[in-house]
Amino acid sequence: MTERKEIIKVEMLRREFIVGGEKVKALRGVSFTIHEGEFVTIMGASGSGKSTLLNILGCLDTPTSGVYELDGISVQSMSKNQRAITRNRKIGFVFQNYNLLPKTTAIENVELPLLYNSTVGAKERRERAVRALEAVGLKERLFHKSNQMSGGQQQRVAIARALVNDPVIILADEATGNLDTRTSFSILTLFQDLHRRGRTIVFVTHNPELSDYSSRNIVLRDGKVVADTRNDNPKSAKEALEALPKDDND
Amino acid sequence: MNFANLLKIALKALNNNKLRCFLTMLGIIIGVASVITMLAIGQGSKNSIKEQISEMGSNMIMIHPGNMQRGGVRQSADDMQTLEVADYEALQSLPGIAAISPSVNSAGQLVNGNNNYPSTIYGITPDYLDIRKLKVKDGSMFTEHDIKSAAKVCVLGKTVVDNLFPNGEDPVGRVIRFGKIPMTVIGVLESKGTNSMGMDQDDVVLAPYTTVMKRILAIDYIQGLFASAVDEQQTDATIDAITEMLRTRHKLQDGQDDDFEIRSQQELSEMMNSTSDMMTVLLACIAGISLLVGGIGIMNIMFVSVTERTREIGLRMSIGARGIDILSQFLIEAVIISVTGGVIGILLGFLASWLVTMIAHWPVYIQMYSVVLSFAVCTVTGIFFGWYPAKKAASLDPIEAIRYE
Repeated sequence: MTERKEIIKVEMLRREFIVGGEKVKALRGVSFTIHEGEFVTIMGASGSGKSTLLNILGCLDTPTSGVYELDGISVQSMSKNQRAITRNRKIGFVFQNYNLLPKTTAIENVELPLLYNSTVGAKERRERAVRALEAVGLKERLFHKSNQMSGGQQQRVAIARALVNDPVIILADEATGNLDTRTSFSILTLFQDLHRRGRTIVFVTHNPELSDYSSRNIVLRDGKVVADTRNDNPKSAKEALEALPKDDND
Repeated sequence: MNFANLLKIALKALNNNKLRCFLTMLGIIIGVASVITMLAIGQGSKNSIKEQISEMGSNMIMIHPGNMQRGGVRQSADDMQTLEVADYEALQSLPGIAAISPSVNSAGQLVNGNNNYPSTIYGITPDYLDIRKLKVKDGSMFTEHDIKSAAKVCVLGKTVVDNLFPNGEDPVGRVIRFGKIPMTVIGVLESKGTNSMGMDQDDVVLAPYTTVMKRILAIDYIQGLFASAVDEQQTDATIDAITEMLRTRHKLQDGQDDDFEIRSQQELSEMMNSTSDMMTVLLACIAGISLLVGGIGIMNIMFVSVTERTREIGLRMSIGARGIDILSQFLIEAVIISVTGGVIGILLGFLASWLVTMIAHWPVYIQMYSVVLSFAVCTVTGIFFGWYPAKKAASLDPIEAIRYE
């Protein structure tokens, strides 16, 4: 394990906000390291600081103090534009509410991150988008518009969009929060598949059940890490999905 | 992100909101179309004035008595008797003058048998034909000899002929009466039609100035002088020479005002041009304001669009769009609206100008510069009014934008 590449390294991460003249400490010194190939769930009740942590890990926000290195590069010294480029090349986001462009086909949605990468030409862009959609099992729905798809399918498109730039890490923010149990498990199965194929995944959630399916679980409370446990034998989401009663098809 | 991709994204966004996009464009379309049409009408009328003035003789100089005071009382122009035949004779020798003719006129009733017609008789010399660009069509002009003898002869304009000889007889050689004075018609002028101020230029009777002075008006001064400069460029110099000569002849002291007034056709054309220029500026202002209103329309819609698509902006930022990418995306949308509106407006302006000629018979002339100008103004309008909303979009915080409901 130790020889594996460090993808995320945070040390004494602090983030303070000024709200209505009062200082709010969202993160009070968070430290951990995530290596390549880990599937980490970050848990915490609302107000625990997990959203703030996710924003920082996603290079959308910068810490007040502390160190954050992504793929060996220090993030807090980056300019706004450099952070945008880092998001484009190294991070794949999956959101709770999918955030697909309306009235736009699946393939166009998936191509979107590559549009902001001028080193990728139109032909390569299309090929990579097709491959990403194949990887999430939507080969047959390339030209369906986002509003013609179910929630589960939309989330798959969003995952394909997160994969298309071949990121070093996938950040999922309550990625199953809007889905029913069956669809949740099928999305979770997809994440486990990606993990098995070597993807590094950070999954932020408030649902404690999900920790059974990840390889590591970090629990936040009041801006601090209160537990960091390794799970060497995660449950299979696929089995859980098959164990569900078959009558309610999605 | 490269330009082709930006353009594609912008077109797609506009395509999602066709009606709104068209209504926004309408403001620009109307603005540009009216700029083009108004300028075309303005330039058209200017051109037609210019044409008519040059028909009248563009190097013509008119000298009238004027500005004379007798014991502190300013005199009306009719009473002023500052110009004499001797002035005319002296001015004849000025080098800058191509032709010169004194002018005296009298209004009165013309009679031929049982037909009569009120007109004005102009006492002039044959030079007058050159100055006013007139031609004798039938018969001939009177001669220097007729002037010396104050012969009772005249040349008629077409309107006068039509009224006195309604049955189409040849007027040349006939004797008509002006008031009580019998005059022999020796020629008929070629028709010139109405001038730009609506005056009938064919409603004239020309006679030797001596005849009008001695036999009709019984005066020993002249009412004015018509001259033409050798060419248009020398008009101003000639006017100065005339002024100097007349001041010397009239023994005016240095501080004294001129007792005559000189006007040139050039001045007249400048005056009329300035009137039509003012109209053009006025029309262009109105059109410009409508373009401004159109621009504000764009800004308004772009703000709505930015607010509506806050989530989309947040998403684009989180997957790696930089501020400049978002800024250009919205700016290009605004410019597409305004430039497309501009192109449609230009076409509509051409159509409207054409309709103005066809229906109202106004002269129009579309200048290339007005097309280029309105197109440039459109693009600038798009950038100017699109900038602020686009800037607002680009400066959104991605964290808040992506969670915007």
